[in-house]
Amino acid sequence: MDGDGLRLNMNGLDYLILALYFVTVLGVGFAARRAIRTSVDFFLSGRSLPAWVTGLAFVSANLGALEIIGMAANGAQYGVMTVHYYWIGAVPAMVFLGIVMMPFYYGSKVRSVPEYLRLRFNRPTHLLNALSFAVAQVLIAGVNLYALALVMQALLGWPLWTAIVVGAAIVLAYITIGGLSGAIYNEVLQFFVILAGLIPVTVIGLVKVGGWNGLMDAVGDTKLGEAGLHAWQGTGSTANPLGAHWIGIVFGLGFVLSFGYWTTNFAEVQRALSAKNMSAARRTPIIAAYPKLVIPLVTIIPGLVALVTVQGLGAESGDLQYNNAIPLLMRDLLPNGVLGVAVTGLLASFMAGMAANVSGFNTVFTYDIWQAYIRRDRSDEYYLRVGRWATVAAVVIGIGTAFIAAGFSNIMNYIQALFSVFNAPLFATFIIGMFWKRMSALAGFWSLLLGTLVSLSLYLLYKGGVVDFNSDLEESFWGAGLAFVTAVVVAAIITPLTSPKRDEELRGLVYGMGGVDLKGDVLAGDAVWYRSPVLLGLIAVALAALFYIPVF
Amino acid sequence: MSNDGQPAQDPLIDETQAEQRRSAAARLFDIRRVIGGLFVAYGIIVTLIGIFDSRAEIDKAEGVRINLWAGLAMLVFGLLMLLWQWLRPADPPASNEQQPGA
Repeated sequence: MDGDGLRLNMNGLDYLILALYFVTVLGVGFAARRAIRTSVDFFLSGRSLPAWVTGLAFVSANLGALEIIGMAANGAQYGVMTVHYYWIGAVPAMVFLGIVMMPFYYGSKVRSVPEYLRLRFNRPTHLLNALSFAVAQVLIAGVNLYALALVMQALLGWPLWTAIVVGAAIVLAYITIGGLSGAIYNEVLQFFVILAGLIPVTVIGLVKVGGWNGLMDAVGDTKLGEAGLHAWQGTGSTANPLGAHWIGIVFGLGFVLSFGYWTTNFAEVQRALSAKNMSAARRTPIIAAYPKLVIPLVTIIPGLVALVTVQGLGAESGDLQYNNAIPLLMRDLLPNGVLGVAVTGLLASFMAGMAANVSGFNTVFTYDIWQAYIRRDRSDEYYLRVGRWATVAAVVIGIGTAFIAAGFSNIMNYIQALFSVFNAPLFATFIIGMFWKRMSALAGFWSLLLGTLVSLSLYLLYKGGVVDFNSDLEESFWGAGLAFVTAVVVAAIITPLTSPKRDEELRGLVYGMGGVDLKGDVLAGDAVWYRSPVLLGLIAVALAALFYIPVF
Repeated sequence: MSNDGQPAQDPLIDETQAEQRRSAAARLFDIRRVIGGLFVAYGIIVTLIGIFDSRAEIDKAEGVRINLWAGLAMLVFGLLMLLWQWLRPADPPASNEQQPGA
């Protein structure tokens, strides 16, 4: 690629730290095998996990390295405005998922997000969503894998294919053997390893630039300038680093994109479905919101430090791209020892991201495609075996897509952006279906299909140069918003023309129809006030608002 | 448990729910032990590196003895995890099996 510019000077002890991590991750997979006898054990950890475990896994599943590296890059490119992706673009949606939507997901005992659509609407809606989710997951797993390999190649000098195969083999082993428990337990471990890797870079980076105030002064002198230090100032127009108006930020990012991603993405929701009771399931995304509040400290600050200290950062290609902000700081600031921990943390985040995609895929493939449409009425052991084979298939296809991505890295980025826009019509269909009992099955299908087609068309028109936007981000705001509106309008037109579902079919699935028992299987200790999902959720949203004050 | 609010039934889900009585999830170990163990090991390794850090390494990190501090922090974190598990062992996993297999 770009020569040896990014190569880290890893020594034997750094590799020892990395090796210890690999051994531990595999050990967790093997040790989790004892706890698997049924398909629910394999796909949903037997619905037995405590809230702090599922909560940290929930946030970790999103902490793929694309996220960490990408958010540090955004920090360097757009400045403090990047916090919008966390405080308005994630936390409110996570809290909404826990308080409002989780009772329907967990209470109805559905085994996946697409399965909710099967019960609430009909089989065509279900199949449409199951297939698009499955395809998206293996493609994104491949993108994750390719990104992992690129970093390994640049930092450690491993050949691309070695890195791809080693990364894939480890994820494959611990999910095939340990199922979702293996994935979730490793995600919790990875969460802490990722932080252990990022905190030293952040601390030394801040020391280097003279602390927070030194950083703020220095950023003011860069090409970002004063605008890079404020989250909301300058959003009255699009003349700010992000190129986004506050209306776009609040409704596009804060509502449609973020609610679409966090509330309907099964790779995330699956973590909550594996919780041991309703209270733990509802607290899962809310517990995850607390780390999400402070993660910008270890992604955006390193991004800004890199902007200030690395001369020429922001090149179109080569070693000085924004995406290399964190690797460049690691090279410049970390001595052997913490360097090994930091490399391990980056690797851990790649694995967490890929494992979330793979474990989401194997569940949807087995329960929602194979069991529902191909081979019904087999034994539970049969579906457990299918799940293991689906895992192998997902990883092998992931390796394939990683090699495709190697040839067309831009195209793969586009695909990922595209699927994020697909979530908007899905969210619209869900939210109307959950709160409007009259919405008919046919309306659900057409809302989802036409909403998706609208966002897809707008995206293709934009890429084809027919429609013009200020940035990719602005296109995704509009695409998501338009898809959302389309889904709502279609539902409003088709529903009165078609017959409703019977009330008893909607019990536990729709608001106001009964069948949701919030206290059903709660343990004595879960009733205490400080474990109330509503209270915890409101505190998280209030903190997100408060955090904006110093960077307004 | 009150049954006045059963959600809608579905044959595929019911099949899986029925199987859950055989669940072996109760045999899952406690992840706190693994996290604690790994961080204690990392803490010891990195602290030792930090004690023997040369001037060049300290200068690279802007004069901060980062290995020493990070190592000690990881060691303390790992020990806290182990202590937490020792003081508050996991709930008896029976809670899952007491549900009626409705």
